[in-house]
Amino acid sequence: MEVNKDIKASIKDIQDEIIEEFSFLGDDRESTIFYIMELGQKLPPLEEKHKTEDNIIKGCQSKVWLTAGLEGERINYKADSNTEITKGLISLLIRVLSDQKIDSILNADLYFIEKIGMGQIIGSQRSNGLVAMIKQMKLYALAYKSKLN
Amino acid sequence: MNQPTPHIADKFDVHVLRGRFPVLQRQVNGKNLVYFDNAATTQKPEVVIEALAGYYRQYNANIHRGLHALAEKATAAYEDTRRTIRQFIHAPEADEIIFTSGTTASINLVATAYGRKFLGAGDEVIISALEHHSNIVPWQLLCEEKNATLKVIPVDEKGNLVLADLAHLIGSKTKIVAVNHVSNSLGTINPVAEIIRMAHNAGAVVLLDGAQATAHIDVDVQALDCDFYAFSAHKLFGPTGVGVLYGKRSLLEAMNPYQGGGEMIKEVTFEKTTYAEIPYKFEAGTPNIADVIAFKAAIDFVEGLGDKSELLRYEQSLLQAATKQLKEIRGLKIIGEADEKIGVVSFVMEGMHHFDIGMMLDAKGIAVRTGHHCTQPLMHQFGIEGTIRASFSIYNTIEEVNFFVESLKQIVEKWR
Repeated sequence: MEVNKDIKASIKDIQDEIIEEFSFLGDDRESTIFYIMELGQKLPPLEEKHKTEDNIIKGCQSKVWLTAGLEGERINYKADSNTEITKGLISLLIRVLSDQKIDSILNADLYFIEKIGMGQIIGSQRSNGLVAMIKQMKLYALAYKSKLN
Repeated sequence: MNQPTPHIADKFDVHVLRGRFPVLQRQVNGKNLVYFDNAATTQKPEVVIEALAGYYRQYNANIHRGLHALAEKATAAYEDTRRTIRQFIHAPEADEIIFTSGTTASINLVATAYGRKFLGAGDEVIISALEHHSNIVPWQLLCEEKNATLKVIPVDEKGNLVLADLAHLIGSKTKIVAVNHVSNSLGTINPVAEIIRMAHNAGAVVLLDGAQATAHIDVDVQALDCDFYAFSAHKLFGPTGVGVLYGKRSLLEAMNPYQGGGEMIKEVTFEKTTYAEIPYKFEAGTPNIADVIAFKAAIDFVEGLGDKSELLRYEQSLLQAATKQLKEIRGLKIIGEADEKIGVVSFVMEGMHHFDIGMMLDAKGIAVRTGHHCTQPLMHQFGIEGTIRASFSIYNTIEEVNFFVESLKQIVEKWR
């Protein structure tokens, strides 16, 4: 239980870090969008062989490929997209959720999204896409959990 | 490179004109709004907004059947729009003007009420490669149902329809030819008079999708001799939710009703219903009274601006300036450089996705359209997923065009 708590705190810490980073950007939409896109550029590329129809997240306007692998008791996510903005969004989710324990991922409350006002930044359609990404990441966690049990 | 302000006719001062559009005065994302998504929908002048509110404030009533004062006034205003539209598109009679919910509904009406009755197995419908999904899918549904064949007029790499191929496609089995007057994705003004002539020679009827045309081109349905003409109010400075179907009287009378309900009947018994005369035969149920009434204000507004060809020339001057400057940007490719275009410029940027560019332009206050523009088959032909489309209207300025190009350059430089 102790360990789990630490990991939960870790997801929280990362989210708080992100919230702080975004607070420096203020209300300037342009720099915020550029910032998200720059985050996307830093995302390690996904190997071409993983860019399959099966790995595409449904419900996103852009193409987003997501893979997950179990390393010990933690899940490692990798992703890519054909648009920089979406790459930026998934990179934020990866930063928060990748290499976390299964239960921490399943229980994660991703409050940073609302805190940084992501809905206003990316608009309603992309927000739906973001929800689809989170859902898919949690589904992977759920699948690994049932596989391990 | 900035372009000088093009010559504008004396009676048409773009800065005065802009003052008539409340939304153009606002800011988005802390920046002045540059609205270049006019092919999706145009902004509304104050007079249209006032007409809409005026109906609800002063004479909201259901039309045609009421005998009281408000119903009388509402009915008169509604029918007044019909007469105004007759004049606007030079139709022979007001009865040939049918109100629908939009261009899509108008096309579906013809596909269903005309197509189902007059199309048989083995017959053919011809559309073009430039069509909006709204002028593809209704015909696909019809052809599937009737075991008929859908054929497509190809488009060349510049975005012109290949009329020589139409001559081969068209034949005695062709019953309907449905093409757009102006392409929404590329801005091509199609040679519709020639298409109509060829179709009529083969005995086919022609529907023109005029959604992108009416705000830019003087439409004369009699001079064109088209059989059906469909368009929407909201792309013509009018309200959303109103469309028009013009049809020749003889065709409309021969067609089955589209939807059943109130208004469209002459007499109903449980044994048999007889239908009202046109146009009411096709206007079942309470129509969109308020928006139809406000649509008249939109048409009066456009007509008040003067010669349409002069307005088009102004929009084309914006197009030429935009095209010239955009071509200077490395890696930018313009999609669609047809011989005749309205003020629409579609393009792609090497190494950058259109969604990203659209989003960054939006952050600068510039509204453009990104994506396939409901013309996926056309995008496939050009081997692309979508484009960035800037579409101009009479209230846009050369300063806006310059700002748009400069902004795009900044984005590209910063991003590369």
